[in-house]
Amino acid sequence: MGGVKVLGLNSSFPCVRVLWALKLKGVNYEIVEENLLNKSPLLLQMNPIHKKVPVLIHKDKPIVESLLILEYIDEVWKTTYPLMPEDPYDCSMARFWAKFVDEKVVVTAFEAMKSEGEGKEVAIVAAKETLELLEKQIEGKKFFGGDEIGYLDLVVGWICLWLPAIEQVGGMKLLDSSTFPLLYQWTQCFVHIPAIHECLPPREKAVDYFQTGLNYLRSLDASKK
Amino acid sequence: MAEDLKLMRTWSSPYALRVVHALKIKGLEYETVLEDMTKKSASLLEYNPVHKKVPVLLHNGRPVCESLVILEYIDDVWKQPPLLPQDPNEKAMARFWANFGDDKVMPLTWRVFTSEGKDQEEAIGPMMENLKFLEEQLKGKSFFGGEAIGYTDIAFGWMGNLISILEEIIDLKLVDEEKFPLLSVWINKFSDDPVIKECWPPRDKMVEKFKVIRERYLKQAP
Repeated sequence: MGGVKVLGLNSSFPCVRVLWALKLKGVNYEIVEENLLNKSPLLLQMNPIHKKVPVLIHKDKPIVESLLILEYIDEVWKTTYPLMPEDPYDCSMARFWAKFVDEKVVVTAFEAMKSEGEGKEVAIVAAKETLELLEKQIEGKKFFGGDEIGYLDLVVGWICLWLPAIEQVGGMKLLDSSTFPLLYQWTQCFVHIPAIHECLPPREKAVDYFQTGLNYLRSLDASKK
Repeated sequence: MAEDLKLMRTWSSPYALRVVHALKIKGLEYETVLEDMTKKSASLLEYNPVHKKVPVLLHNGRPVCESLVILEYIDDVWKQPPLLPQDPNEKAMARFWANFGDDKVMPLTWRVFTSEGKDQEEAIGPMMENLKFLEEQLKGKSFFGGEAIGYTDIAFGWMGNLISILEEIIDLKLVDEEKFPLLSVWINKFSDDPVIKECWPPRDKMVEKFKVIRERYLKQAP
């Protein structure tokens, strides 16, 4: 099927989503570590529009955006470990919730991390509201994909390690086990799956990644004033 | 047997129009449920409790929300004619460009439309940069989808009528035929396609509506 490369870094959860998918499918790949403060010519060539990671390079062609890469991987390596549900309606639900995760859950978590003072409390409430909706989605199921993990589990997967890192950097708690018992339980099952566990970075790396990002944003804000 | 299909939409929503276009191309009959976004119906809140927005497609009573998700659902259930390419790489590209439209082109166009003076001038540059990418994508093709209208064309369908309406209101050329010859041709081809053409909402109503929207934004500007 041709060599597979992933441009990215394993402290970035959109990149790890891709690694999880490849691992579950049993696809061999090479990671090309990127330095986001000094992007490689290869990254700029393969993703000229957004200049972001992850980029999957397969048969010398790039695929960008983690959600698109997951579907691509599922379509190319069809015969092992299906990620998307079979039924079109279930597929549409998975895509809907994946969008919700990236556009709402992730964004509000970051907002809460960045916010200070009064705004922080408001941002924390907003982030928790998005987690409530995810909590409802996992009701009655072991995984979002059913009995086995699937596409949506990989998309939500960042909450098992990166959300605690965001909480640490932001000095707040979002996903506590008493408010979100089902989601918390899900993280415990998800993180113990070998293919998932193998790709997790050390927690300090994720903390460092977000702290560096936050410091950078704050320095930008300071220079604008 | 006719499918049990209902589309909750407003008369003008460009996102809802995507679904209208897709259903028409697939030759599917459906019932329209017109919504008023200033007074959302109990049904809308029931079927789209998360975003409370249109469009919502109801198929056998089950709701599908978010226009691009709906397009993929329609394409998965009713396979002919196909909207997305079969090849996984081309499919990924079609999805990528649709996302690019929603994440970059639409918001930047909106920024140009809802601003004036220096703010507008500053917004035009980034908008033009992104239109260049679209122009590049149309080289050697009639449509983004190739020889026939596909998923990406439908995703950009809002440009088919809205661009000229916005241009008329702000008296500014957004898609200049000289700078963007292929995109200009695409806009006309898409807009005039016999299947697409019948679906456009009344132009005078659209001009009136968007004039009001622009005025509201300009009033609110600092």
